[in-house]
Amino acid sequence: MSSQPRGNVIIDPEECKGCGLCVESCPPECLELAPQLSKYGVHPAQYSGEGCTGCGACFYCCPEPGAIVVERLTPPAKAASAIPLPQEVAHEATL
Amino acid sequence: MEGYQVIHEKSPAFYDNYDRKAEMQHQTHYCPGCGHGIAHKLIAEALTELGLKDRAILVSPVGCSVFAYYYFDVGNVQVAHGRAPAAATALKRSNPDSIVMAYQGDGDLAAIGTAEIIHAANRGENICVFFVNNSVYGMTGGQMAPTTLVGQKSTTSPWGRRAGNEGLPLHVCELLAALETPTYIERVALTDMKNIMKAKKAVKKALQIQKDHGGFSLIELLSPCPTILKMDPVVARKWVSETLAKAFPLGVFRDRKPELPVDAIVPHLTVAEALGVEEDQSNEPVIRRHHHTRDLTVKIAGFGGQGILLMGQLLAEMGLREQMEVSWLPSYGPEMRSGSAHCHVTLSHDRIGTPLISQPEVLIAMNELSLHKFASSVASGGLVLYNGTKLPEGFSAKQARVVCVPVSEIADRLGSAKVANVVMLGALLEETECLPAETAMAVIETMVKNPKMLALDRQAIAAGCDYVDTQIEIGAVSQPDGYSY
Ligand SMILES: Cc1ncc(C[n+]2csc(CCOP(=O)(O)OP(=O)(O)O)c2C)c(N)n1
Ligand code: SF4
Ligand code: SF4
Repeated sequence: MSSQPRGNVIIDPEECKGCGLCVESCPPECLELAPQLSKYGVHPAQYSGEGCTGCGACFYCCPEPGAIVVERLTPPAKAASAIPLPQEVAHEATL
Repeated sequence: MEGYQVIHEKSPAFYDNYDRKAEMQHQTHYCPGCGHGIAHKLIAEALTELGLKDRAILVSPVGCSVFAYYYFDVGNVQVAHGRAPAAATALKRSNPDSIVMAYQGDGDLAAIGTAEIIHAANRGENICVFFVNNSVYGMTGGQMAPTTLVGQKSTTSPWGRRAGNEGLPLHVCELLAALETPTYIERVALTDMKNIMKAKKAVKKALQIQKDHGGFSLIELLSPCPTILKMDPVVARKWVSETLAKAFPLGVFRDRKPELPVDAIVPHLTVAEALGVEEDQSNEPVIRRHHHTRDLTVKIAGFGGQGILLMGQLLAEMGLREQMEVSWLPSYGPEMRSGSAHCHVTLSHDRIGTPLISQPEVLIAMNELSLHKFASSVASGGLVLYNGTKLPEGFSAKQARVVCVPVSEIADRLGSAKVANVVMLGALLEETECLPAETAMAVIETMVKNPKMLALDRQAIAAGCDYVDTQIEIGAVSQPDGYSY
């Protein structure tokens, strides 16, 4: 279980415009621009497959409404409240 | 077995597909790395989180975000450049339960729309303004905006903005914070996770304030425009945080409920109360006199001072009295004092679609110029009433019947050139039988108090009717010599 990343990110290569903002914003640096071109003609972002924490930074930094979906590992029931949602983390950082 | 659970995905406040064009219906039209998309996401999320999506009305501007209505699954209105706060005011006041958002760029809000935003803020309208400051005019290709930085190059400041020539960048938040009435003003930046989260909080707070009837809020979102800045999206974003945000400091500029004097509560009166007339209490059906009234579209044209607009008003008032649907569309402009003037009047038994008349059934030409200008627009089988004894040389209108009525001469004979328009009204009523002449007098009596003038008007109406009745043969067709036989 320890090998299973806390988060997961799904990027729609057809909606992505290849701006690279998510790649730049990802704290664990687990995103990259794909070498191949999308139908749209850009290098779409893709997940390296390792290291996603489910923080949501890529989601909020991406200008496309639906290019990115971020998932989190369902926590064991009793630990559920211990994991703050990303907004709350950032929220506190601003206070 | 533990699995993954979606925590961030496209907001349901967006449409599934954007049917602006046939292909790529899931992509916005914004350039890669454009801040507008992020601003959209924050608004969409806040609407869903607050449960306001189904009450929301978004006012889209002119600018790159002109197509916002293709993305947001809310009530949408797209308005003229800079006018979003005025439109939002109207929408909010007439639908107080709705949540109204004006979405504007810096060219839209801070240049052409300066007046609207200042007055909406000063009235403390209960609306949210989302102001996207990307320091340039994006849509039109990078002209200088009021927010362009000193030294920043644009197509209209090719050597860089100079304070001495173009002034200093306009700080909208600071400007509006000088007013008493706004409730909440904050500047945020769409540059990185931390600042985007602050922006999200600000957007949500603004909407919450409106939900609580808290008054006016404006969120300025500093936003990258990589295309116009000619920067890579990542570099453009950095430029916003390192350079733009230096000149436009982030922070809260206002956060308190304004204390307005009690007289701020506007009396709500019905139209009848406001006019001081008795409300129509009778539930009797309105009697529509189909017999003595007739649907008609009329264009009245002449020169300013001939009472052109007034004649149209009289006609429309008459229609109202006879329970018809009416419209009166004056043409305002420099013509008010001299030159040409015209108006359109529609009399109808049904609802009127548009007050604009492109092919009038009747043209009243009070001078030669308007005859030449408008005769060809008259509907075929229509009528032209011309103020003259005969038609100008060489003039012909093939599709319409032309009747010459020298109303100015007749008015002079009656003793006042001013009543020429009333004589013409009499002629129109007699010729078209669209409304009874008594109704004209009934309307005039409510407007004219001087008994001498009233008598003159009565004579004028009669003279117009009489001329058409006795001097012109019904069904006459204009002849090349100008006379109608
Ligand atoms: C009345 C009027 N004047 C000028 C224009 C041309 N025009 C279209 S978009 C625009 C500037 C928009 O800039 P901004 O509000 O900063 O929005 P952006 O495109 O940068 O998002 C202008 C001047 C217009 N459409 N209508
Ligand atoms: S931020 Fe969005 S559009 Fe840009 S590269 Fe990442 S997924 Fe693609
Ligand atoms: S020109 Fe600028 S503001 Fe307009 S869509 Fe492109 S990046 Fe966005």
